[in-house]
Amino acid sequence: MSIALSIVEAVDAKARQEGAGAISEITLVVGRLVGIEPEALRFCFPAAAKGSLAEDASLVIDEREGRGVCSSCGAGFPVLFYLAECPECRSLAVQVVSGNEFLIESITIEEGE
Amino acid sequence: MCDTCGCGSDGEAVLRKPGEGGGHCHASDHDHHHHHGASGTRKVEMEQDVLHENNLLAERNRGFFEAKRILTLNFLSSPGSGKTALLEKTIPLLKEMVPVAVIEGDQQTTSDADRIDALGVPVIQVNTGTGCHLDARMINRAVRELPLQDCSLLCIENVGNLVCPAMFDLGEAMKIVVISVTEGDDKPLKYPYMFHEADVCILNKTDLLPYVDFDASKCRENAMRVSHGLEWFELSVKTGEGVEEWVAWLEKRLPER
Repeated sequence: MSIALSIVEAVDAKARQEGAGAISEITLVVGRLVGIEPEALRFCFPAAAKGSLAEDASLVIDEREGRGVCSSCGAGFPVLFYLAECPECRSLAVQVVSGNEFLIESITIEEGE
Repeated sequence: MCDTCGCGSDGEAVLRKPGEGGGHCHASDHDHHHHHGASGTRKVEMEQDVLHENNLLAERNRGFFEAKRILTLNFLSSPGSGKTALLEKTIPLLKEMVPVAVIEGDQQTTSDADRIDALGVPVIQVNTGTGCHLDARMINRAVRELPLQDCSLLCIENVGNLVCPAMFDLGEAMKIVVISVTEGDDKPLKYPYMFHEADVCILNKTDLLPYVDFDASKCRENAMRVSHGLEWFELSVKTGEGVEEWVAWLEKRLPER
């Protein structure tokens, strides 16, 4: 819930700065490795957004798969957690290259007067 | 992460000191003022980290702690693993060497702060209300209420929870996760985010090992799998076994006075 509230707070502040009357859409990028459940976020969002400019906004969640690259052999593969084993050479020196994002990418605003 | 647990906003947190009734609450300071009358839509790029505000404040706290050379530790665990008891055991062994202060996080009551207060060190209780974790703003407020000395030790006892507190940087130097043998030895795998973030893991209540199905070496291996560089200690706060090693390790990291 506090995550949903911090999203609302951030988009509300940005929209006011832009002179918006309301926010119609919010696009989030949520990596699979950050431990955020998009469903839970959707569930909380209306309650968190009540009374803010984002009250009637629709939530677009762009989920990113976790991907790792092996520092030893260079193989690329999907990962489910920050620590993974290379399926090619069994090395544990794996760099996570995507899936750790948790961003508010953009908002679509209705112009105010 | 806390979207499923229904925890509330930071504005609800109440700071309390032992022996003082009531407490004060700062309400959220932003209003919800609407400007109606739309005349078109427009997309605004933000590319902003969701935890941006918390992370900024945490870095501010960290800068403050570093400038004053305060070693700040964030203690995390499930409820009942023995965080408060560990502090009760550790603080008397260190307080002659370095000034110690404590921030206690719980949803309600000052019972943990009262226990720390009995040790004769400054303590402040943060009651998070419905919140399930401490955040950087609560710490920022709490440190203003504490007589913090230069070159000291600040122990933050987070709300008992292995999920949400992992996401919120408070500005601490180290995260210390406590687990007890009455829990499962697969806990590091069940809550990998917490163990992945931790710098130190303390296995408590080892005096109960003969009575429970808990494999300490398996637990250690599981913890090491999610955090390779983890410092590992096994101890019993109750009998004092193993406490010496932990305190000796911590002593080496205290700021020089």
